[in-house]
Amino acid sequence: MNMVHYWRAMWGIIWRELWRFVTQRERFISALVRPLVWLFVFAAGFRAALGLAITPPYETYILYEVYITPGLIGMIQLFNGMQSSLSMVYDREMGSMRILMVCPLPRWFLLLSKLLAGTGVSILQAYVFLAIAWFYDIQAPWQGYLLIMPALLLSGLMLGALGLLLSSFIKQLENFAGVMNFVIFPMFFMSTALYPLWKIKESSSLLYYLAQYNPFSQAVELIRFALYGQFNGSAFIYTLVAFVVFMVSAILGYNPSKGMMMRKSGV
Amino acid sequence: MSSSIALSVEDLTFSYGGKNALSRVNFKIQPGECTILLGPNGAGKSTLFSLITRLYDTRDGRIELCGLDIKRQTRLALAKLGVVFQQATLDMDLTVMQNLRYHTSLHGMGRKLAEQRIQIELERLAMYDRRFEKIRQLNGGHRRRVEIARALLHKPSLLLLDEPTVGLDVPSRLAIVDYVHHLVAEEGLGVLWASHLIDEIYPGDHLIVLHQGQVKANGTVDDVLKITGAPTIKDAFYLLTQGDQA
Repeated sequence: MNMVHYWRAMWGIIWRELWRFVTQRERFISALVRPLVWLFVFAAGFRAALGLAITPPYETYILYEVYITPGLIGMIQLFNGMQSSLSMVYDREMGSMRILMVCPLPRWFLLLSKLLAGTGVSILQAYVFLAIAWFYDIQAPWQGYLLIMPALLLSGLMLGALGLLLSSFIKQLENFAGVMNFVIFPMFFMSTALYPLWKIKESSSLLYYLAQYNPFSQAVELIRFALYGQFNGSAFIYTLVAFVVFMVSAILGYNPSKGMMMRKSGV
Repeated sequence: MSSSIALSVEDLTFSYGGKNALSRVNFKIQPGECTILLGPNGAGKSTLFSLITRLYDTRDGRIELCGLDIKRQTRLALAKLGVVFQQATLDMDLTVMQNLRYHTSLHGMGRKLAEQRIQIELERLAMYDRRFEKIRQLNGGHRRRVEIARALLHKPSLLLLDEPTVGLDVPSRLAIVDYVHHLVAEEGLGVLWASHLIDEIYPGDHLIVLHQGQVKANGTVDDVLKITGAPTIKDAFYLLTQGDQA
């Protein structure tokens, strides 16, 4: 087993995921519809109700649509991360996950490859969304479109790892809907995706702290700053640490000797 | 590390929440030997397969594949193993070729070698002409053939089959049974085949009867008939499992 083997396996897993995504047109379209509805309907309606002060990385007053765009990219990645883990629970129930788990590679590597594959899909979605937003006059500096790539990679990995961790806990597909409600919605609404922190602080200091320490907020801020050509160091470190914690926990969860696989087997 | 034994299971015990699913299970499979694992529902067959494929951890006992400890030398051991699970594990939206290429990439095969192996395995199962069809378009028997071809692509020493003929019509079932026995005879493959269909057993096969997590009989067809004094395998199975249905 050498590096070439690892590379071929990782590429095989990523290729399969990307191919499945582009050939499943309904999945492609529905992944875009959600953030676009938020952008065209919610943000347009909310524009008048919410005044935004000038806060970094923005240098002028901005429309609410501009503010919400990085949050919606985060939303794409959050849903994609959860959907990937949902498909892992499905694969596990249906058996195709077993093929992956019995191949002669370390389990952590297989999970990481799966995660990278899911993140690749979410980056593809994010760029298509940004392209549509560009025509809607939400335009960032051109460097931002390049610099956002590593930010999307890290945030996608972090949110995907969270999904992976959740999938290691879930026994059956039916239980997943509850987890989606308990994870996705609180994470999304208690974050800086829709409103800036200072605005949240005006209404509740508890919500302010929850939003500030929500890893999803940090991922959104990382994306927001990167899109405007800036690096948010604290958001980067926070997102990176969250990724490592979620990933290590997920690997332990999928370890046959230690983790949830044993609990799921009923031992 | 090489061994003349394809699979060795020693003193294997496994329990779910205090209830034993397997109790001190012992058996060996030689290369070129087809071992049929017979047992009623709940006998522990699936648990045994999950332990051999390392989906569950072996806590009591030892499993070796070609002399490699599945717990300590997991990756080397898994490289020697081909598996056909009871549930379908093919991606329905991908073609036969794409499914098989995915498997070869997981086993680190280069494209040229992968193409060669895929062609050989599919031709042997008369599926090469259908390589560009989506799995969704194939019938159950053909899907199973693709799964068997896939399990053999990396040239395993041991093939595990978990009730692979369930739900298939008689001709498809017979074709698969014939093909696997041919592999055993011609290529020296070791096979462990979980089944509850008595007519899938060939006279030269090795039999293991598992009941309530314990090995009730282990030997050739003749050995099992002799031990039980039964005229047929069906009767022997009935006696050993005390009337529980297969």
